[in-house]
Amino acid sequence: MTVRVQEADFDVGAELDKLTHGNKRIGGLAVFVGLVREMHVREGLHRDRIDALTLEHYPGMTEKALEDIEAEANRRWPLEATLIVHRYGRMEAGERIVLVAVGSPHREAAFEACEFLVDWLKTKAPFWKLEETPAGEKWVGAHEGDDAAAARWEKKSQ
Amino acid sequence: MKVRYFAWMKRTVGVADEDVSPPVEVRTVGDLVFWLRGRSPGHAEALAEGAAFGAAVDKRTATFDVPIEGVREVAFFPPFTGG
Repeated sequence: MTVRVQEADFDVGAELDKLTHGNKRIGGLAVFVGLVREMHVREGLHRDRIDALTLEHYPGMTEKALEDIEAEANRRWPLEATLIVHRYGRMEAGERIVLVAVGSPHREAAFEACEFLVDWLKTKAPFWKLEETPAGEKWVGAHEGDDAAAARWEKKSQ
Repeated sequence: MKVRYFAWMKRTVGVADEDVSPPVEVRTVGDLVFWLRGRSPGHAEALAEGAAFGAAVDKRTATFDVPIEGVREVAFFPPFTGG
């Protein structure tokens, strides 16, 4: 179980090699990489171009929140390895923001736990996006779809 | 105790953090919100009733009924938008 919050970019291949190294019980590794999108679709049909964003976070709380989410995934699924690397600071379109990787003996648990981690970190980890658009800087509002995605897993836990 | 603000709330309040000494009758996060509103128009706007914001006590998400006696840090922030 590893959680890292860092300003620097990460090397996906190197991270995955390190995560699975020496563990021959892993049969499936599910990976999610979040990127900064150039186009951001807002409510309705209106579109704003995003040139870059700055991700603010709450040092100390962020790590605790991600560790709690990771522990919850390990409670729900039989996992051999989990990794969350989340960046903060300024990132331009196309850059990587987040890496979530989950290794398990079987693929079902790896896929499900990876999706769970991404859904929950979006709504439970203290990050805030400040977007740079041609019209100026703008704080991103919470996305209802993210809340709904996170809520699915609340129901499954009952 | 230290009070911290994040994202747009930091700009609205005008500071990222501040040390405050609320009176003893301020017992919960909710009491603190009510008390902080009186500090400046920026506080009143950021912490307005109906504004969408959450709180953390000593770096753990907290509801407004959580007691604040003896805590080191209370934070206020808009809904999270990471990932």
